Amino acid sequence: MPRTVRDVVFVDGVRTPFGKAGPKGIYHETRADDLVVKAIRELLRRNPGLDPKKIDEVAIAATTQIGDQGLTIGRTAGILAGLPQSVPGYSIDRMCAGALTAVTTVAGSVAFGAYDVAIAGGVEHMGRHPMGEGVDPNPRFVSEKLVDESALFMGMTAENLHDRYPSITKQRADEYAVRSQEKAAKAYANGKIQADLVPVSVRRTNEEAGETGWGLVTADEPMRPGTTLENLANLKTPFRVHGRVTAGNAAGLNDGATASVIASEDFARENGLPVKMRLVSYSFAGVEPEVMGYGPIPATEKALAQAGLSISDIGLFEINEAFAVQVLAFLEHYGIADDDARVNQYGGAIAFGHPLASSGVRLMTQLARQFEEQPHVRYGLTTMCVGFGMGATVIWENPHFEGDK
Amino acid sequence: MSTTAELLKGAAELFPGEVVTQAHVRHFDLPLGAGRFALITLDNGHDHTKPTTLGPQSLANIDAAIDQVEKEAADGEIVGVGVTGKPFIFAVGADLKGVELLKRHEDALAIGKGGHDVFKRLSKLAVPTFAYYNGAAMGGGVEIGLHCSYRTVSAALPAFSLPEVFLGLVPGWGGCTLLPNLIGAEKAVSVIIENSLNQNRQLKGKQVYELGIADALFEGADFLEQSLIWTASVLKGEITVERPAIDRGEAWDQAVAKGRFVADSKVHGAAPAAYRALDIIAAAKDGDLQKGYDAEDLALADLIMGGELRAGIYAFNLVQKRGKRPAGAPDKNLARPVTKVGVVGAGLMASQLALLFLRRLEVPVVLTDIDQERVDKGVGYVHAEIDKLLGKGRINQDKANRLKALVTGVLDKAEGFADADFIIEAVFEEMGVKQKVFAEVEAVAPAHAILATNTSSLSVTEMASKLKHPERVVGFHFFNPVAVLPLLEIVRGEQTDDASLATAFGVAKKLKKTAVLVKDAPAFVVNRILTRFMGEIQNVIDEGTPVEVAEKAVEPLGLPMSPLVLLELVGPAIGLHVSETLNRAFPDRFTVSPNLAAVVKAGKRGFYVYDSGKPELDPEVAALLKQGDSVLTEEQVRDRVLDAVAQEIGLMLDEGVVAEAQDIDLCLITGAGWPFHLGGITPYLDREGVSERVNGRRFLEAGVASVPA
Repeated sequence: MPRTVRDVVFVDGVRTPFGKAGPKGIYHETRADDLVVKAIRELLRRNPGLDPKKIDEVAIAATTQIGDQGLTIGRTAGILAGLPQSVPGYSIDRMCAGALTAVTTVAGSVAFGAYDVAIAGGVEHMGRHPMGEGVDPNPRFVSEKLVDESALFMGMTAENLHDRYPSITKQRADEYAVRSQEKAAKAYANGKIQADLVPVSVRRTNEEAGETGWGLVTADEPMRPGTTLENLANLKTPFRVHGRVTAGNAAGLNDGATASVIASEDFARENGLPVKMRLVSYSFAGVEPEVMGYGPIPATEKALAQAGLSISDIGLFEINEAFAVQVLAFLEHYGIADDDARVNQYGGAIAFGHPLASSGVRLMTQLARQFEEQPHVRYGLTTMCVGFGMGATVIWENPHFEGDK
Repeated sequence: MSTTAELLKGAAELFPGEVVTQAHVRHFDLPLGAGRFALITLDNGHDHTKPTTLGPQSLANIDAAIDQVEKEAADGEIVGVGVTGKPFIFAVGADLKGVELLKRHEDALAIGKGGHDVFKRLSKLAVPTFAYYNGAAMGGGVEIGLHCSYRTVSAALPAFSLPEVFLGLVPGWGGCTLLPNLIGAEKAVSVIIENSLNQNRQLKGKQVYELGIADALFEGADFLEQSLIWTASVLKGEITVERPAIDRGEAWDQAVAKGRFVADSKVHGAAPAAYRALDIIAAAKDGDLQKGYDAEDLALADLIMGGELRAGIYAFNLVQKRGKRPAGAPDKNLARPVTKVGVVGAGLMASQLALLFLRRLEVPVVLTDIDQERVDKGVGYVHAEIDKLLGKGRINQDKANRLKALVTGVLDKAEGFADADFIIEAVFEEMGVKQKVFAEVEAVAPAHAILATNTSSLSVTEMASKLKHPERVVGFHFFNPVAVLPLLEIVRGEQTDDASLATAFGVAKKLKKTAVLVKDAPAFVVNRILTRFMGEIQNVIDEGTPVEVAEKAVEPLGLPMSPLVLLELVGPAIGLHVSETLNRAFPDRFTVSPNLAAVVKAGKRGFYVYDSGKPELDPEVAALLKQGDSVLTEEQVRDRVLDAVAQEIGLMLDEGVVAEAQDIDLCLITGAGWPFHLGGITPYLDREGVSERVNGRRFLEAGVASVPA
């Protein structure tokens, strides 16, 4: 049967505000699946042209797929969100790149012709599911030295990446972190972030965490506007004595969910849905697990090669800030300045937070908004590092591109 | 300390066991930049299985929360105040346990006034107020929302009602006054009167919105979020809430008149609550809220101090608690599993039982009878009923297929019952026939199978006496219509063992019936009392009192139907048969009416004709009646009938037919539809002094179903 690959577009993306994990966090008494449900429902409200019956798939990522993140959360969240029972769903896991992989996986199916439109997103409630919950690494990893013991501890891998790039000092990492907070605060002040957030009602019964009863979350909890270098200078380096990685130049432990609508371009146009980004290429790559923050570099190499583009064609970057060093390593590799205006214009995970498997769609939602505002840009990319030594990159084309002027 | 606080403190001291509801105040920024908001969450700290109630200390907590937001509103710190509940529950109203403890009119008055004083403050804040009905809302829970400026409701809300009239109260924290002023008298009467008097019918979220009680409806999945976004839009003036104008003209009076008609048809003037509520609704026409609140306070206090409410709460607790944990039932762990049911007989009663077992147990049910035609008819009836359920959308096609496949009919009992665990007979009501049937069943059924009889008056012990294993025979007496009346009298024969009885109770629970353990005594409970009651009516008619006087005499009890209409429903022949049975057992108290015998002999199906739309004595029946010349007044008839009932119940308790008077009342409420406001019957007999007069003692201690001393 002859087959034509179809163009795939990013129709829309939303997320819950991100929270701080832990007993005092805003989502401490909120279920992870409920976070996903709120995001899916907001997508449907924002896109009345999308007939829920036509949704072909709900792909939801989570790293720890147990409890309220288990039970094939893509399926259960669809039912809980009120989607017709005829709409199927499944779960995805690629740790930090979960939501990104949800997007590329359904995108592949759309391109192939299996789906017309799908919902892709992710969730991580790191308060209810701390990193490492229930893991059982095969002892051969250590006995046969398949990976370095530091591979399972993300902070240690970030220290290892500093080792690989001696020129990336703690000072540079801290400076980067301060800029991320500044840019995020500015983006908030300009209303760039709130427009893609869905408010979430949250209950609190623990008086030690603050006022009790029902409340409403409308903004990211982890943000620390006004952070200065001095604030960061003396923070502990918990992963290595005299190390460089601190809570200040890394993303925190967070709770949150994201969701997006991915469709064939034809479907989007026929149903009057917005076309915010056009998928160009995507790629994943593996690296030594103990320097997992290096992952975005080979992944981006592959994605650029597929697209026949070079790094200089990319006008906007959304790089997940798991650690400042990992962004800086990427920039250093490509000879891009630490404060290049194309990179993370709204700030990044250091400010907003990084609920592991949810973050990929946050990057896309922010890139989509930047595309709309900057029609002179043709290509942008979203990239992130992934635990156990991987990188993930998606290259997008700006449908608002007005040509080279 | 404000006077409201003092009032509530005093009330709280009378109710030390209150499950206290907290009123948490939490602040946050509304979406759309609408400003800072204070949300009050009502939460008793338990999960949804213990719904939030509003006792005096709870009201005091709400009062304190309002102190806080009132100041913030006045100081311009907040733009609005909301009220919502814990997950799945908004609030289900006043705490009835606290109401039961009240002994003085002034304390009862304080409860009403306390609630008003607190709730009224919500309507007087300097900022708009919003109620978010997120879950079950009843009584005072509904009313706190009525005092707010705006309301939203969740489409997932399962139960919303003003059930006060059902219990014997009025919606007295603003309900009677505010609801008609919000949605008009007609709709308010339907909620306050009709729903309450129709087995406490509940509204769902969508209906709450459609009635106009709530201004907006949102789905459950993000109800609070959407309510708060809506709130922000209202506060910013982007949404204007428009409510239809209320007809304060003739329609108002007509609505109240219709409410009185409904009340008359349900309680026949016998219970005061509905009428008090209607009086307040009628007076609310002029929109004078404070006058209405004062009337509510007074009505609440009067009703709390009256016997009907106490009887109502007693009845409510019987049905909700005792009905679910039958007194005297053996350890449920002794029960054996029931994986197949046999039904002996395929007549109408047997077919109804087959349908009930099929639907509730979802195990194979096999019907047997003496010829193929009857068997086919029985199975056909069940299939037709399943199709009706399918047609109404009560079950889907898969379920219909499953149920139809489970019901079969055979002629050969050996084939049908060889692997049945529970076999019930519904054959002709005659001892010899029943004994023969059980002997046949025992010969082919497994050794562990329960043999149950649906006899209404024969001795279970005697029925079992000729069997090899009489210990597995139990009485399983349903009430017609089987699908409607909840009562199941479970009769323990002299030799019935605990395992068989436990199995019977286990089955009853799965059938969703209210099971009451009864000793093997003639006609058990409901039929014995009803027969004595009817017999006394029949006696006074036979002796010379006109039929209409005898009938009217018991109207003040508010029974679901008059004695002779009931006789018609049961069938005069069956009524006669039961009276003959009881006459054989207790010839000194149970008579067999020669007039009734004549009516039955003449083949009449009842005493009345309905040609004019109302029951009128059938002239053919009138011609049959031979009456004496002793004519009693209504009051004399009533005394005689009640004395007879009190005597019979006293004797039944002495004989140990049931464990306690509570079981008698539970039987009459669930098996004969006797009203809540009578508390069955014993609270009424105690209250009216009948028990004392006839038996020299009360049935229930003072304070149980009555105002404590």
